[in-house]
Amino acid sequence: MAGESPRTAGRAPEPALPRLLAGIQAHGLLTLEEHEAVHGPLPSTGGQRGRRERERADMLIAEVARSGLLGRGGAAFPTATKMQAVAGARRRPIVLANGAEGEPASLKDRTLLESLPHLVLDGAILAAEAVGADEVVVCVCESAQDAAESLALAIAERPSGRSGRAPSLRMATVPSHYVAGQESALISYLGGARALPTFTPPMPFEQGIRRRPTLVNNVETLAHLGLIARHGAPWFRQLGTPTQPGSALVTLSGAIAHPGVYEIEHGASLSSLIAAGGGSTGRVHGALIGGYAGTWIVGELLGGVAMSNEHLAAHGAALGAGVVLLLPEDACPVAESARLARWLAGQSTHQCGPCVNGLDALAGTVEAIAAGTAGAGVGGRVDRLASLVSRRGACGHPDGALNPILSALRSFQAEFAEHARYGPCDACARPGELPLPHRPIDEATVRTARAQR
Amino acid sequence: MSQRVRVNPIACEAHGMCAELLPERITLDEWGYPIVDETPLHGSQLAHAQRAVRACPTLALLLERAPGERGR
Repeated sequence: MAGESPRTAGRAPEPALPRLLAGIQAHGLLTLEEHEAVHGPLPSTGGQRGRRERERADMLIAEVARSGLLGRGGAAFPTATKMQAVAGARRRPIVLANGAEGEPASLKDRTLLESLPHLVLDGAILAAEAVGADEVVVCVCESAQDAAESLALAIAERPSGRSGRAPSLRMATVPSHYVAGQESALISYLGGARALPTFTPPMPFEQGIRRRPTLVNNVETLAHLGLIARHGAPWFRQLGTPTQPGSALVTLSGAIAHPGVYEIEHGASLSSLIAAGGGSTGRVHGALIGGYAGTWIVGELLGGVAMSNEHLAAHGAALGAGVVLLLPEDACPVAESARLARWLAGQSTHQCGPCVNGLDALAGTVEAIAAGTAGAGVGGRVDRLASLVSRRGACGHPDGALNPILSALRSFQAEFAEHARYGPCDACARPGELPLPHRPIDEATVRTARAQR
Repeated sequence: MSQRVRVNPIACEAHGMCAELLPERITLDEWGYPIVDETPLHGSQLAHAQRAVRACPTLALLLERAPGERGR
């Protein structure tokens, strides 16, 4: 749960924001009645029965395409493209709303599910109707108990079988380890196997849950979709940038007065976000943007950062799932990186050789630099290990793990050089700033998903 | 229709047969896992690739249509 009640930031004049976070309460969820009082009733595409309904469903996909909505799970993939792929399939599709937020520095998805579950359900129902799905599964981390409780309450509030055509809604609690939220891992888990990524193809849109075409969307993406269906693409594009329209939820943590989940306009300045968070609690070493598959931006560069992928690309960064973690200046970025590298290696599901061996070797190398025992030629070893890890896993974990490690080595070059030469600094012994929860991947347990209605 | 070799990294257990049979496309990393050149195969390489695919003890090596020709 967010440390503070969510607020809003952004350069847009009020009342453009909040959109998703409109009406949010400090505690508890918005009931269906309260939700509809804020946003109005859910516009129906009417299911998929007749030709007119079919046309209205196509219109929603076209509207989403015009809105330019990009997936908010991290990859920023065009949502309409995914919907089209599934809508065109021969078998009846299923919608998987992904709220399995395994990223330790992110709270946005559990905050949405905990406080505004009906926003997510709206989007999931509309997406299901648009692609012709008769079933929606909402996945939530088993560690996010408050989110699961709210979601269960919200599902129970929905009239089941609305006019006999509405998709069925169910919740599935899923393991909390880092890669469990990867879409093929979820599909594997929902099929009764372990929550581990699988080899693709087939992609979920081809063959997912019960071998049916599966539309996998992040829960925030679906929340946006519910508002686009109400207000239209032009409204959505009033905020954001031409290539990344609309708003986004971000999780602001670290050296900030009021950590929590904020809604920003894409393209808003990082400094406006920090100001909305009550300012930093002191001088800042750098910001980890995009989470544990993200990128460090440091020093004076921070002042000019704008929160859009187009802008962040100039720094080799991306917004990802919206994590912004400020590292205080009295923390040691080398020790933090060594701990993070070891944690990321530990989150490998031990399926792919290059990931198991490569991330372990890389973590060992970063640890050796931090301890001052790496010796000469360590830069070359890092580069070689990175090339052996890159694009050689079944899922994106090894590549994601490289990002914060390699960017730390670039961004904190002087600190790494100093540690390589003289060993640990005074700040190395400080408790870590990056949350690294113990979330073991239980090799022995095979569990079937606990389906709840 | 051009084809390429690809490894299923989950199925691969680093037996290394593929690198023996298709050295022009596959080398092994320091842990024995194949590093695969996934550009389209040409001419006589296809027969060698098919042999390597058949020889893999864990069926981890695949022949597939080169991208750009794969319909979504």
